[in-house]
Amino acid sequence: MTTTLLTGNHAQSLAVKLARAQVVAAYPITPQTTIVERLAEMVAEGELACEFLEVESEHSALQACISAAAVGARTYTATSSQGLLLMHELLHWASGLRVPIVMGVVNRAVAPPWTIYTDHTDTVSQRDTGWIQYYAESNQEVLDTVLQAYRVAEDPHVRLPAMVGEDAFYLSHTFEPVDVPGQDLVDAFLPALDLPYALDPANPARLGSFMPPDSYMEHRKNVAEGMAAAAAVIDEVEQDFRERFGRDHGGALPLFECDDADAILLTSGTAVSTARAVVRQMRAEGRRVGLAKLRVFRPWPVDALRELAARVPRIAVLDRSFTFGFGGALFQEVRNALYSPTGGPLVRGFVGGLGGRDLTPAVIRSIFDDVLRDGGPEVTWTGLKEGA
Amino acid sequence: MTEVRPLWASVPSSTEMTGTWRTFRPVIHLEKCTKCNVCWKFCPDVAIRIDDQGWPVVDYDHCKGCGICEVECAPRAITMEKEEL
Amino acid sequence: MARLTIPEQELMTSGHLGCPGCGATLVMRYALKVLGPKMVLTVPACCWAVMSGAFPRTCVGVPFLDCAFEATGASIAGLRAGLDARGMKDVTVVGFAGDGGTADIGLQALSGALERGVDAIYIMYDNEAYMNTGIQRSGATPWGAWTSTTPVGKTGRMKREEKKDIMGIVLAHNIPYAATASIAFPEDFTKKLEKARSIHGPRFFHVLAPCPPGWKYPPEHTVRLGRMAVDSRVFPLYEVVDGRYRITRKPGRPTPVAEYLRLQGRFSHLDEAQVATIQTRVDERWARLETFETMTAEVVR
Repeated sequence: MTTTLLTGNHAQSLAVKLARAQVVAAYPITPQTTIVERLAEMVAEGELACEFLEVESEHSALQACISAAAVGARTYTATSSQGLLLMHELLHWASGLRVPIVMGVVNRAVAPPWTIYTDHTDTVSQRDTGWIQYYAESNQEVLDTVLQAYRVAEDPHVRLPAMVGEDAFYLSHTFEPVDVPGQDLVDAFLPALDLPYALDPANPARLGSFMPPDSYMEHRKNVAEGMAAAAAVIDEVEQDFRERFGRDHGGALPLFECDDADAILLTSGTAVSTARAVVRQMRAEGRRVGLAKLRVFRPWPVDALRELAARVPRIAVLDRSFTFGFGGALFQEVRNALYSPTGGPLVRGFVGGLGGRDLTPAVIRSIFDDVLRDGGPEVTWTGLKEGA
Repeated sequence: MTEVRPLWASVPSSTEMTGTWRTFRPVIHLEKCTKCNVCWKFCPDVAIRIDDQGWPVVDYDHCKGCGICEVECAPRAITMEKEEL
Repeated sequence: MARLTIPEQELMTSGHLGCPGCGATLVMRYALKVLGPKMVLTVPACCWAVMSGAFPRTCVGVPFLDCAFEATGASIAGLRAGLDARGMKDVTVVGFAGDGGTADIGLQALSGALERGVDAIYIMYDNEAYMNTGIQRSGATPWGAWTSTTPVGKTGRMKREEKKDIMGIVLAHNIPYAATASIAFPEDFTKKLEKARSIHGPRFFHVLAPCPPGWKYPPEHTVRLGRMAVDSRVFPLYEVVDGRYRITRKPGRPTPVAEYLRLQGRFSHLDEAQVATIQTRVDERWARLETFETMTAEVVR
């Protein structure tokens, strides 16, 4: 372990080298550029043995990673803002194909107008695409989280791609002291990628395919289960990281001074650091306030949040993004998770009709029957085949 | 926890009986056949094989009746005949 | 008994969902005979994404990766890098896409891959329109053709732009090998594939694949049309090896273009003057191609 001054971007590059990524494909965009430039330097100096593809767009960058991952290689890409938006359809491809790519996203606001400054609309607006999402608060956390993200993404119960967000300029271009673990320690923590369904001429098959309405929904449910499984895996990996490296970052929803708080603030990214300082200050003034850091946005930490909400009367949710709903996306998801079935109307969720699966009168009727009964799960996938 | 079920497709397509698509079926008149292999060569459905005597044999489970073999057969050894139900 | 003039190995199975008489199926069949089994195919949205069959079926005996419509060029780059990283350097990467996915929506990614010298074979099967979605025009649709987005109507709309010079675009990237082929000449196609297989770097094939529903002709004429396209010089067969052009079939007595067009319903609205225009343009392009062949005979790259 050596302590070095690193920018958030170089913390990503170093983590990618330690993780022994085998294929890197990326397209430059401010303020991500120095991640990829540092990786290119490392390759040129012979410090990093990976295939480095200088692709001609972000859309191609992510497709190249998906294809490389489909033959079993560990991959990495990085982007921001417009680049992430350009990747949008491929974000769905990566999660649907179950390839464990790790992507660094330097969170930057979206155009128009042009801007290079920080904002989480880029990643938050992609919350529907089946990627695990982390938001880092420090450069140490950036480095550690990239390593953890590979472990989680490649876990046999998860096998989903993961994004590691860091705020533009506050982290990407600011130097902070970072403990850099040794290669041996990382190798013990992160074994080589094993993808049982990697394409190989010795065992030919088609990966991707097309599915008529009779099968698509079951596939989607299987992907959803992967995301649900990620919650426990994230905690296990954090625990293992602590045991091996002597530090951790608190899992999905680390708390600060929440035990007796009259009000807490829930937010993501570097604003958390600022909030932590304010909480200390206000506590010193005798005001009982606390902080919940949303470190993992996907999967949504519903259990941790409900556990917290049982003890706290007021929650302020600060979204560093806007997606045109009623309030910000984090606000909506907090409210959704905390909606109480014992006050106001009962609200239950149903997922159905995916991939052309017919929404018949019988299905609709069963939803009514379901909601008119007491008990039952909060979310039901309706119209699935037996045994799905 | 549920197992990952990837989009892995490896069942051979031969399980799909595309022969049911046909309106016309190719009939090879072996007495005219010169064993030139052209019908085998141009079949888009790999529905003609060459047996170990060198004769072409139609796979009626899969032949879609496109008629390319009839057109390309130089000695006119193949005729397309209407399918009977 | 005649010996087989193309490789015997068969890696495509029957039961695929291609239309009866589909030219594109022959492109794949012949490609697999030469390049398989040690290969990985990547295919974007196109007829071939559907023809392979619905999940859980596949009709090729090689690994097949579906990719995004625009991205075949990027997919081959990723496959090559991933296979190399895994020490599988003897597995050939093959991109297999239609004219739309190559020369229109796929052009950027293709250009990037060619410019970066990706070591892969790219096969474009050209049925001259967006066939999978219902015969809409593409940049590869020839002048004068009916398509569903260039219907003729009372105004004589039809496709009014010349077919994109896809080989020209590809060759502008200075790649070691590019060739045209037609499903009616499988010996020529397979020989070119065999040559390409041992070359390192990007190798591109433009293969004409007649389409019965799209070109509007009965399915039994697919091979005949593939032959007439070449013998009328509408679709010359040639290869370019390190910048040297070589025409691989020179029709002694070229078929009149009118005969080729007459067999296809998509050209049935053309009058004599329009047919004559097409003939003139075909003759001009042939002359140009012959000039390239002469000019580049001594090229050393």
